[in-house]
Amino acid sequence: MHYDFNMPITDAQARSLRVNDTVTLNGTLFGIRDATQIHMFDRGRKTRFDMNGHAVVHTAPNVRWVGETPDTPSGYESVCIGTTTSARMERFTRPLMEQYGVRIVIGKGGLFAASQSAFSDLGGVYLAIIGGAAALETTWVEQIEEVDLDDLNPESLWKFRVKGFGPLRVAMDSHGGNLYTEVNKAAQGKRAAALASLGVKAN
Amino acid sequence: MKIDLKQVEEAAKTLYIRACKLLPPDIKTGFARLDKGETDATAKSVLGTMIKNITVAEANDNLLCQDTGIPIYNVTIGRGVDVDGYALKQAIATGCARATKEHPLRSSVVHPVTRKNEHTSCGRLVPVINIDFIPDDATLSIEMIPKGSGSENNSWLKMAIPADGIEAVKTFVVDCVLDAGGKTCPPTIVGVGVGGTADLCVHLSKVAATRPLGTACEDPEGAKLEAELTKAVNMLGVGPQGLGGDSTSFAVHVETAATHITMNPVAVNMQCHSARRARATWTPKGLDYGY
Repeated sequence: MHYDFNMPITDAQARSLRVNDTVTLNGTLFGIRDATQIHMFDRGRKTRFDMNGHAVVHTAPNVRWVGETPDTPSGYESVCIGTTTSARMERFTRPLMEQYGVRIVIGKGGLFAASQSAFSDLGGVYLAIIGGAAALETTWVEQIEEVDLDDLNPESLWKFRVKGFGPLRVAMDSHGGNLYTEVNKAAQGKRAAALASLGVKAN
Repeated sequence: MKIDLKQVEEAAKTLYIRACKLLPPDIKTGFARLDKGETDATAKSVLGTMIKNITVAEANDNLLCQDTGIPIYNVTIGRGVDVDGYALKQAIATGCARATKEHPLRSSVVHPVTRKNEHTSCGRLVPVINIDFIPDDATLSIEMIPKGSGSENNSWLKMAIPADGIEAVKTFVVDCVLDAGGKTCPPTIVGVGVGGTADLCVHLSKVAATRPLGTACEDPEGAKLEAELTKAVNMLGVGPQGLGGDSTSFAVHVETAATHITMNPVAVNMQCHSARRARATWTPKGLDYGY
């Protein structure tokens, strides 16, 4: 099933998504990263942005400072925007959802059990983007509308305006579905055969 | 052959930008090979997006990946090259900082304790500059590698013992690929260092991970391991982006070094699918850019 979302979305929309559905986002998307969340959740800083019902993407973009103009209201023009490995930011999923009402986390490589339970408890999903395909991803971003916590640049909190951001695959849903654990379990199951092909007996 | 250091600075800048934008032909061939052999529908679509991204980056003169990485410059100096080595290192660092400021590129480099970003892609001992010497008379070569963190964060060293045998090396490689899953942006080049000291072993794993596809380890024992391990890790079904499929790794590359009678070290360093490299070569004919 494919969904086109104009952000933000509701609890019901988030909970309707199932693993292997695809989603394309339009409107607002927030860019967030390690340092952004360390400062927000470990060091007590707050953002002025309303992220309720919105999506965040794990990113720190390449940008060019051009000054504030009608086309570049944040003062920044995008150079290259792509997505980083999510695993490092596992412990921030729940506070992002509880304190800011975030519904969608976009990243690569997947998240773990703490995020999975946050998605179930609070109604959220993880969308897998293709890591390393940043030139393509950049074409889905129309503008950097605003920026907050910019002393952390490039790990600022970015507010992007996106059009046709996707399609992205639902890889973790609010019903316990998780593509990564399925693949990892299957891969562990093939470990003994892979070792046997190397003349090694699995222990 | 006398080297103009202003030209080295300019080349260090050009190389960083070029490496971020143009994927070497051997990696493109590797993608075509994986795409042809892939049997999983999701994996096929993921590979298709990656291949499309290479085209979009070239068409839009944009970076392949937002991760500008840790800049690494590998310098090889021929016997007939006349250059002030200290000034050469300074010229490379200046060129690296200029690429960051002038393109601009995201500076992905921070102080390890304060996490302060100088916005130059430079800092203490960064860019990493490795220098080696070759017997050729008049050749200076500088290879630039923007080493992305998604793959670099998947690095391991095990000081196995002789009683564990080569089986420990093989098992370790398979387990590292399983541990990395999708975090390392597969399909990968799995770089394996075997032997040496702890630091040499890790260094060799990086050399292996960044070696062009289609090349083999000079040590026949290493080459044999490469063939076996490439087959084995692609039996696991991790697939592109860890979403399942046949294409887990383009190849496993191995580099070896002699080691101590009591030691059996193995290191693994991963290279993501954005396996970026660029090279500048000086000969008496002039300066050439390639991979």
